[in-house]
Amino acid sequence: MKDGTKSRIIKRITVNLEKCIGCRACEMACSGFHAVPKFSSTNPARSRIRVVVEDRKDIYIPIRAAGYTPSECESRNTYSIKDKNYPECGLCNASCPSRELFREPDSGLPLKCDMCESVPPLDEPMCVQVCRCGVLTYDEWEERRDDQVNREQMEIGLQSLVNRYGVEKVMERIEQFSRNVKR
Amino acid sequence: MRYAETGYNLEVDLSRGMVEKVMTDPKLTERHLGGQGTAAKILWDRVPPEVDPLSPDNLLIFSSGLLLATPVPGANRTSVDTFSPQTGLYSHSLFGGFFGPELKYAGYDKIIFRGKAPGLIYLWIHNDMVEIRDASHLQGMGAQKTALVLKEELKEPHAQVAAIGLAGENRVYMASIEHANSSASRGVGVIMGDKRIKAIVVRGTRDVNVARPAELAEIAIPLYREMYDNKDCGDSMAHGEGDEFHVDNFAWGNARSRRKKFFSKELEQEWLALEKRLRQRWTGCHNCPKDCHQAIHYPGRMPYFQKCYSKLTYAMGSFGDLSFDYDIIGITQEYGLDAYSTPQAIAFAIELYEAGILTDEDLPDFPAPDGETPEGFKIHESRFFYLVEKIARREGIGDILANGISMAARQIGRGAEEYDHNTIKKFEQVPIKLNYVNYPYFLMYATGEKMNITQIEGSFPQMAIADMKEREKFVKNWDAAPERFKKWLLEWEPRTNLPLDAAVHVCDWNETMHYIDDSIGTCAFLSSFRGQFGGRPPYHIHNLPVFITRASGVELDTDTLWEVARRNRNLIRALNIRRGMRRADERPPADHWKRREPETEQKLLDMYYEFKGWSNDGIPTRETLDRLELDYVSEDFIARGILSDE
Repeated sequence: MKDGTKSRIIKRITVNLEKCIGCRACEMACSGFHAVPKFSSTNPARSRIRVVVEDRKDIYIPIRAAGYTPSECESRNTYSIKDKNYPECGLCNASCPSRELFREPDSGLPLKCDMCESVPPLDEPMCVQVCRCGVLTYDEWEERRDDQVNREQMEIGLQSLVNRYGVEKVMERIEQFSRNVKR
Repeated sequence: MRYAETGYNLEVDLSRGMVEKVMTDPKLTERHLGGQGTAAKILWDRVPPEVDPLSPDNLLIFSSGLLLATPVPGANRTSVDTFSPQTGLYSHSLFGGFFGPELKYAGYDKIIFRGKAPGLIYLWIHNDMVEIRDASHLQGMGAQKTALVLKEELKEPHAQVAAIGLAGENRVYMASIEHANSSASRGVGVIMGDKRIKAIVVRGTRDVNVARPAELAEIAIPLYREMYDNKDCGDSMAHGEGDEFHVDNFAWGNARSRRKKFFSKELEQEWLALEKRLRQRWTGCHNCPKDCHQAIHYPGRMPYFQKCYSKLTYAMGSFGDLSFDYDIIGITQEYGLDAYSTPQAIAFAIELYEAGILTDEDLPDFPAPDGETPEGFKIHESRFFYLVEKIARREGIGDILANGISMAARQIGRGAEEYDHNTIKKFEQVPIKLNYVNYPYFLMYATGEKMNITQIEGSFPQMAIADMKEREKFVKNWDAAPERFKKWLLEWEPRTNLPLDAAVHVCDWNETMHYIDDSIGTCAFLSSFRGQFGGRPPYHIHNLPVFITRASGVELDTDTLWEVARRNRNLIRALNIRRGMRRADERPPADHWKRREPETEQKLLDMYYEFKGWSNDGIPTRETLDRLELDYVSEDFIARGILSDE
């Protein structure tokens, strides 16, 4: 860290939509792996990867649950690729109030893919292990990132607070905050 | 807690509009596993032989196999069981896809329909919420179109739908039930239509539990790779290689003519190119890495899924070409018509017309042939389009043909019976006409309760491997086979028949594997049907007990699993015996083989019945039934005078 950079492992699953046969083995493996104890139950509704299927339109999209969002988008996205119209939000991986995917069926709490983190670690996430058709492939690499504070960006943020609340109020709040935050 | 199964059935009384969730007896799972096995028990208990298949008292049962919705790959078959108006006997069909697993996730192992709805309805199952709903707006709609409309209406894109088309609504006997990339045939669609069920929609978000999670995952997860890499499992013939086998060995027209030199390298290239143009992708069934189904988009037709050898049945029935077949399936799948029996019924009608038995009065505006093949066979593509419409609508002659060839021949009379030459027990068979009687095949055709040879054959190779080195290698790697079969295969002289006792055992092993698959829901292409080619099916008699035990907690080994299959096989036999089926009915078509051996064939039947513990008339004896804990069957047989009290 001395040089001001941080290193982290980047994990990636590449999805080849053309190869998907729609078998949903990924959903089975995911829900099994995340059951307690492991594989004691399966339930695609609990899976953190779901295959969005519109079989008469030849659409098969495995999507992994990413972040939770408390409110849906202001607008909607639809994609058309090679004259094929993908369903609304069909390529989005958010756990979002506009759709029923990626929620625990009992509690409604959001689900998120954790790349099957476990001890000892798996060679590949479960969904990739069972996807023999080559739709899902896994790789990982180490990436070093600049850890230095971008002063310019911080100043833009501060300036907008000052503009809105005045410099004194902002100073006052920062002082209160700094007392509560452990250094 | 119940493992692998949910422990609940859904009882639907259509006449009264009632729905009930009923807990099942875990003892029945131990005795019959699930799927077809437990369905047979329900049919035995609740549908006496006096019940007409088209009466409200007939049941229509959808069963998800015991291993569905567990981590076991390739377990996805739903069994549909009822009684058929065509044969008067037990009727059974399986379909793959995603329906059975979804039903389990909704919390049910089976849906049992009784009664008849007053008008066309659909059943909507969403976990504990189950409703019988009006389907009058879906009347006459195509089967897959119905699925799309219902998912849209209910705003349930993840729901699974099984539906009938026009043919089922009109009670056509060869009507199918269509679901996603799969369909059920052999006489079950007509009952769904007769009960006025247009569709079943199911959505489930519950857990399905297994008994020994870590131990099951340990053997299930590596199987995805093994299955994917194993070229001898899945529908390997679907990927082009099956065309030559089917066109050169099966009979064209009304199961009449072999065209041995039909196939060529040029034709193969032409066909592969056509398929490449029409195919959107290969697809699979739930939780299985094999891609056995083609998603086809034929210009002007709704996209559909093609499986097995349906891409050739209409072509071969009509002497038409491959493109014609892909075209007409676009219509027949929406009507919900079985691709095995429908083309045969049509080819039968065309033969009757050519013979002057059916006339222009029966077939008004009947199109002329579309030309001739190089060998001089007339091509009947236009006539096929014409007759498909008549049959699906039960219009004119179609109303008679819709009863299946056997019954239609008798209704038409005037010598039409002579043209009904490819049915067994009034049911259309795969059009195979060969030279020499084949002993195990004689037994399978004659005695099989599942009506189609593909549902009976499959574990023991069809032919002796000529190269001895290759055969020895085959046997060395043959984990799937019980020991006794290895010797028989090694000693088998190519182009001769197996010894009689071997034939009996081969028939027994072949059908036993199907009885196992059809109770647990494993696909026959991974198990009972595939061992005959390559000898390396992922599932077999030696490893299946381990999968079943770890998933369901039912303790089994090879012998006890075989015993369960024997119990199911005898119970299903009993359903048909109680409906009057006897030895006299167990006859393959006279021309199935050119050279018959009547005495040996009867000897084979004697030996097979004895081996099975059945009387000389094919009736399971009291001793056999009681030993299999089917004493309630023997009591019933005695009460009805089918068995004597001695």
